Amino acid sequence: MKEPEAHIVVEDLTMAFGTNIVQQNLTFTINRGDIFIIMGGSGCGKSTLMRHLVGLHRPCKGRVLYDGISFWDGDEEERQRVLRHVGVMYQSGALWSSMTLAENIGLLLEEYMGVDTEKAREVASLKLALVGLAGFEDYYPSEISGGMKKRASIARAMALDPDILFLDEPSGGLDPISGRMLDDLILELRATLGTTIVVITHELASIFAIGTNSVFLDTDTKTMTASGDPKVLRATCENDTIQNFLTRGEGRVKQRAERNGVAACLDQRAKVGG
Amino acid sequence: MPGIHEVQGEIERGPSLRKLGFDSKNLDFWDSGFVSFLIRVIRICGERDIEVTGEGLPEGAQRLIGLALAVPERREPGKDEKITPSLVLVTGGRVMKIWASLMETLTFVGETATAFLRLFGGKARFKGSDFLLVVQESGAGALPIVSLISLLVGLILAFVGSIQLRMFGAQIYIADLVAIAMARAMGAIMTGIIMAGRTGAAFAARIGTMQVNEEIDALKTAGIPPMEFLVLPRILALALMMPLLTLYADLMGILGGMIVGVGGFGIGLVEYFNETRKALTLANIWIGLFSSLIFGVLIAVAGCLRGMRCGRSASAVGDTTTSAVVTSIVSIIIATALITIGCDVLGI
Repeated sequence: MKEPEAHIVVEDLTMAFGTNIVQQNLTFTINRGDIFIIMGGSGCGKSTLMRHLVGLHRPCKGRVLYDGISFWDGDEEERQRVLRHVGVMYQSGALWSSMTLAENIGLLLEEYMGVDTEKAREVASLKLALVGLAGFEDYYPSEISGGMKKRASIARAMALDPDILFLDEPSGGLDPISGRMLDDLILELRATLGTTIVVITHELASIFAIGTNSVFLDTDTKTMTASGDPKVLRATCENDTIQNFLTRGEGRVKQRAERNGVAACLDQRAKVGG
Repeated sequence: MPGIHEVQGEIERGPSLRKLGFDSKNLDFWDSGFVSFLIRVIRICGERDIEVTGEGLPEGAQRLIGLALAVPERREPGKDEKITPSLVLVTGGRVMKIWASLMETLTFVGETATAFLRLFGGKARFKGSDFLLVVQESGAGALPIVSLISLLVGLILAFVGSIQLRMFGAQIYIADLVAIAMARAMGAIMTGIIMAGRTGAAFAARIGTMQVNEEIDALKTAGIPPMEFLVLPRILALALMMPLLTLYADLMGILGGMIVGVGGFGIGLVEYFNETRKALTLANIWIGLFSSLIFGVLIAVAGCLRGMRCGRSASAVGDTTTSAVVTSIVSIIIATALITIGCDVLGI
């Protein structure tokens, strides 16, 4: 295996709205070709972290480095250059409601690749087909279901074949089979295009199926409490919050039951004997 | 069932209560109100170290109480503390707010100006179809209501003027009054107010909803500046449509005046027409058109500014729309005052 190459580095990042600190002292590295999971309880600042990474919020402290270039220290043009290689799928889909799905995707192609409308539509059809939405080119976002919006939004995020793909809860609200298909799609993207993929999710099945690296944001301590391969974390991490999270709160209970099991058995026998 | 205060009084009066139990043998029906009453009783007992046994309660109620008390109540520091602000604090807060909104407006105007510079430099981009759509919605779509309002304003002006003019037998000057008033000010003001309520509000609500749906964020991360993509076509469209609509409104207003003059006061049609033509100088029309252009820009800027600064909830969109309309109308009236004073000084 070749040496992992850092793609995005977050150094000592602190995020805050006014005086209300959301998360602080975040330091982690996303390697090229990683499927990086940002996980944590509801409202712990996962989406906010993504908004900081894609340039919608300026961090109040710390740096974000893309390929060694500090994102926030450069000027606007520099940022646009970095963002050109970044695709973002928002939690709500955020498809442009005045445009059809094909136009949503086509707009980006026309803006950046300078292709004509016909060609843009062709590519848009391909992207839609990749997420299982072939034939929906002329639908408006308001005419399709929530799950379809998510998929269409992923198609739009992939429009320019980005190096980095941010997905905010891609499988939230999807049925298990669609969720699974999405996981396969994510794995496929990484395998074929080598895309670095950052996924915000708390879907456990998905986390273990696709995640190669992760960071866990804790609500109470307002900082990251662990990072690494989620499977390894589940097996080795001693932190109660993380164990609870990764096992849906069942892991610790089971262990405790096992530990208490012997004593309980003795107790039982004593009663029967007595 | 006794009220909670009765129970509390009972507990406080009772000599050093140790333990509290319940007897629900004769209870055949209970609901959430019963459970919430019990929880309050348990809380009161908890504060006074009185032991509570739930054994006498129905089993379902016991379980519900167990569930409700499993997670301790969250008390956020400062959430329920009520600070009574002093006068200085309130005034300071207001001033800071006004200052912030002033800076916001200036920033937005600056951003708009930069976007326009880029447009003239040939670098700005928006979809031509978007521009045409706004032109259609704000222009052609507004014709019926502009017709109605302007016609009525013309009628009203003629009637109000006639009361005075008739005393001198000078009914013919109704034509002058209506023509000058419509062309110079009323046409532009009425169209402006209609457009503020119709189009300005639509801009604010549209862009505000896009903000709520993260569509604006999506534009930003896609490298498409929303200022150019959303704001420019709207300002351009309204700046183009307002003068045209105003010209049309002037015409309708004069028509309204004519209906009153000819129908109600026996002025001849040709006579009225000639009097109108005599009164209506080109300067009057130009002033009206110039005002309407300014109003168009003001309405579009107010609508887009409020939309872009919208919060992320449905109620924020409502506030945004309201404040867009209020800002537009206030700025239209202030602009009219300034233009009128300016014309007076210049002697036009």
